[in-house]
Amino acid sequence: MDFLQPATWSEALALRAERPDALPLAGGTDVMVDLTFDRRRPAALLDLTRVPDLQEWALEGDRVRLGAGVPYARVLTELAGRLPGLAIAARTVGSPQIRTRGTVGGNLGSASPAGDAHPPLLAAGAEVELASAARGTRRLPVADFFTGPKRSALAADELIAAVLVPVAAGPQQFCKVGTRNAMVIAVTSVAVALHPDRRAVGTGIGSAAPTPRRAPKAEQLVAEELDWAGRTALDDGLAAEFGHRVAAAAAPIDDVRGSAAYRRHALAVMARRALTWAWDDLRRAA
Amino acid sequence: MTATTTAAPATTGTGRIGENAVRPDGTLKVTGEFAYASDLWHDDMVWGVTLRSPHPHARIRGIDVAEALAVPGVTAVLTADDVPGENAFGLEHADQPVLAADVVRYEGEPVALVAADHPETARRAARRIRVDYEVLPALTDPLRALDGDAPQVHPGGNLVRHLRLRRGEPRPEAPVVVSLDVEVGMQDQAFLGPESGLAVPDGEGGVDLYVATQWLHVDQRQVCLALGLPPERVRLTLAGVGGAFGGREDLSVHVHACLLALRTGRPVKMSYGREESFYGHVHRHPAWMTYEFGAERDGTLVHGRARTVLDGGAYASSTAAVVGNAGTLGLGPYRFGSVEVDVYGVFTHNPPCGAMRGFGCVQTAFAVEALMDRLAEAVGLDPVEIRRRNGLREGDRNITGQVVDSAAPVAELVERVAAMPLPPPADPGDPRARPGAVGNTTRGEGVRRGVGYAVTYKNVGFSEGFDDYSTARVRLQVTAGEPVAAVHTAAAEVGQGLVTVQQQIARTELGVDRVVVVPADTSVGSAGSTSASRQTYVTGGAVRAACEAVRAAVLRRAAVALDVAVDGLRLDGGKVLAADGAVLAALADVLGDDAVEETVEWRHRPTHAIDPETGQGDAHVQFAFSAHRAVVDVDVELGLVKVVALDTAQDVGRALNPDAVVGQIHGGSAQGLGLALMEEVVVTDGHVRNPSFTDYLLPTVLDMPPMRVEVLEYADPHAPYGVRGVGEPPTISSGPAVAAAVRAACGRPLTRLPIRPEHITGT
Repeated sequence: MDFLQPATWSEALALRAERPDALPLAGGTDVMVDLTFDRRRPAALLDLTRVPDLQEWALEGDRVRLGAGVPYARVLTELAGRLPGLAIAARTVGSPQIRTRGTVGGNLGSASPAGDAHPPLLAAGAEVELASAARGTRRLPVADFFTGPKRSALAADELIAAVLVPVAAGPQQFCKVGTRNAMVIAVTSVAVALHPDRRAVGTGIGSAAPTPRRAPKAEQLVAEELDWAGRTALDDGLAAEFGHRVAAAAAPIDDVRGSAAYRRHALAVMARRALTWAWDDLRRAA
Repeated sequence: MTATTTAAPATTGTGRIGENAVRPDGTLKVTGEFAYASDLWHDDMVWGVTLRSPHPHARIRGIDVAEALAVPGVTAVLTADDVPGENAFGLEHADQPVLAADVVRYEGEPVALVAADHPETARRAARRIRVDYEVLPALTDPLRALDGDAPQVHPGGNLVRHLRLRRGEPRPEAPVVVSLDVEVGMQDQAFLGPESGLAVPDGEGGVDLYVATQWLHVDQRQVCLALGLPPERVRLTLAGVGGAFGGREDLSVHVHACLLALRTGRPVKMSYGREESFYGHVHRHPAWMTYEFGAERDGTLVHGRARTVLDGGAYASSTAAVVGNAGTLGLGPYRFGSVEVDVYGVFTHNPPCGAMRGFGCVQTAFAVEALMDRLAEAVGLDPVEIRRRNGLREGDRNITGQVVDSAAPVAELVERVAAMPLPPPADPGDPRARPGAVGNTTRGEGVRRGVGYAVTYKNVGFSEGFDDYSTARVRLQVTAGEPVAAVHTAAAEVGQGLVTVQQQIARTELGVDRVVVVPADTSVGSAGSTSASRQTYVTGGAVRAACEAVRAAVLRRAAVALDVAVDGLRLDGGKVLAADGAVLAALADVLGDDAVEETVEWRHRPTHAIDPETGQGDAHVQFAFSAHRAVVDVDVELGLVKVVALDTAQDVGRALNPDAVVGQIHGGSAQGLGLALMEEVVVTDGHVRNPSFTDYLLPTVLDMPPMRVEVLEYADPHAPYGVRGVGEPPTISSGPAVAAAVRAACGRPLTRLPIRPEHITGT
């Protein structure tokens, strides 16, 4: 197995084009497990952890451009104010050691339906920035990035450069259930983001469908029914209906981590609670 | 007779018994320098790997190794035809092939071996072995194992052992009768250091095997059988053991590494990864239990009935002995007038099950303690009172008719945990204190608190007439002007601290400061197994007896040299003292250039087989008791649990090393909590679905609360220093206490363990 370690972004893109059989490494918390278990033996590893451009984040208008190599630990310490949903999710990732290595870009690259970063990115309306040596960069909504279980829109000669996440205009929440209280892969998870500026609500569901996905009917319902102007208390019935619609948007399976029925049930409960907390926070802020 | 708590002063003093002597391997372990078996290395070595069956049940029509042999770097490929001795091993019955010959009986059964100059090469080559399997119908439902039309796992039928226990009046009338069915899933020992060993051929047809194990001599016997070699040509040395918990009682790499070493003439290292480890050792038996208790209206137990099926998987391993415990101890530490118990251990094509900490008592305790709570409710008592009222006391007969002839403080243990302060409500500002923790699933919504109790007793040492002994060799001689004791046994240090206890005993008995524990190997007699909470008792007893023999010889020598009577002489502080404490001579001077060495084989009181019809008999040598109280917060809407407190009281007879005792209690309690809430090897149609620590979940620091531990020391007059085994009881009573607390919080019966979130939510 070849080990390719570019020092610059252009070198990384050139190597990617040259070696489409190289597996990108952006922290290694997924990839190295697969190698250790002998599930994957790529012809080469393309280690992106030494590319400085990927390690930075910056404001780009009203969005954070988050370099694909920024680890969860830095999302937590540096971006909890601007990207609260992603920060809550980052806190649920693995252990402190894993959060120091693991990156949002790596999470997107694996495109697992259980990736913790995905639901808050969906709820926030983020875009993924992809780049290739031949065609330059393109940006696409994160919802279009996931194409199947562990499959994404990333082309063979492309690398994930960054993710562009709108700075939160309102409260955001993320909830994740697992069978123990730390270091656990999501049995299922949900993110909710309030966008009071445009009177909209974003959602993201994890581990309950072939890909991370939104719950458009739930978003639409509460966007229309919430009292954006008066910000009166959230109606319990509306919160419950939001939960049901989130659950209905999922397509979970029975597996060793949990049953489909439990996943639906948990999504309904978590979505109801998350919306309630977010709305209460918005009212308090007013 | 004292009770101490975790706050006992951490004095190291002179390192004698009763003190918190420092572990000789402690610094190495915390600095990462300790050599575990996976660190074994020989410059000339090759790597061995195992090809395992992908099928739970299949006939092997042929094996073609040509392609594997052709891989550059491969030095040997072996199949069943290459086993020179008997192609069979097993702890109690040699029913398991070293390499499957004509049929495979579980997923993961070893079929072929490869040695190569690199482990990766060996794995690649193993994949090129062509095994022609004819897949056969698999028996994977243990409840069908004894049906007439069930596939036969072995020619003799699917019953490993049926234990029948009858006592007292059959079917008495009881005004209150409660019953329930309980099912317990398959737990894994999950030791952190996977199976590993290094076999070094001696060039004369023999082999030295360095391996992480629990009992060197029982391994040696089985390796010799398979290699067709006498014991003097198969020498075993203990390699660094990273946890065991019963999972190293059966052979793993042992014969395989020796076969490859003898074939290649090279040292062979074999080391499992985590996934292979799940296939490479036995697990705790899953259990299906139907229990019924009858009682007077005041809650006094009248009768107990139980029918238990244990899934032994494809080979016997220690299933018969686990059945023995699940029967003889299967109604818990309570008094019954009338008893009717049937326990069946059966063969299936599921993964083999055998020894694990708690050994048959863990599964049955879930049923017994759940039913005691149900009885308490039926008669209007609280969980503490029902246990206090029915608990065994010293002098009582248990359900096999055996008199419990030392302390049996069931009532006191339960009262003690009940009297401990209850934890305050969870800190609302700390998400880690909530069910779901940083998963951010509740701010208090749906959270209910519950409290649960459990108490247990467990046999210490091997039972039912087994000749249970240990051998110790102790040598006293002067090194660099100072008397030094060397303690040599074959007892396996698996992390529990036996090496420390051996030093403490020798310091105490010989009055010297410096004690060396010689590496455990088969050049000294058997120490028996590091299991059944027995080593401090049995090997501790052997070390004490050997020290006494050495001391007597030294004092005789001193008496002659000093021309005084031997009576009243003693050793302390490296000196020979008179009865009045006067120093008569330096021990170093008495020894001179000579070494005094004694080897002693030491046995505890004999136990006896039980009657095959009634299950009556003095089956056990000692009982160890513990109680737990669990306090949990449960998010009843999401089914998530936060164990807030898991407090315990345990009688240890005498704490030879109080810190080590508390460590055993912490670890054992965590293992019990794990089974109650998350630890399960999920097996579907004979296939293991979660052979990884990603999906086989162990409790983390956010799952296991800090513990309040009360250690009682009611000395057992029959045991050396009054000790009582410590390691297992916490694993038995902690889980049922947690389960009871979760039931109390959510109001559901929860009769399937581990409790999963969907059981709590009812979805």
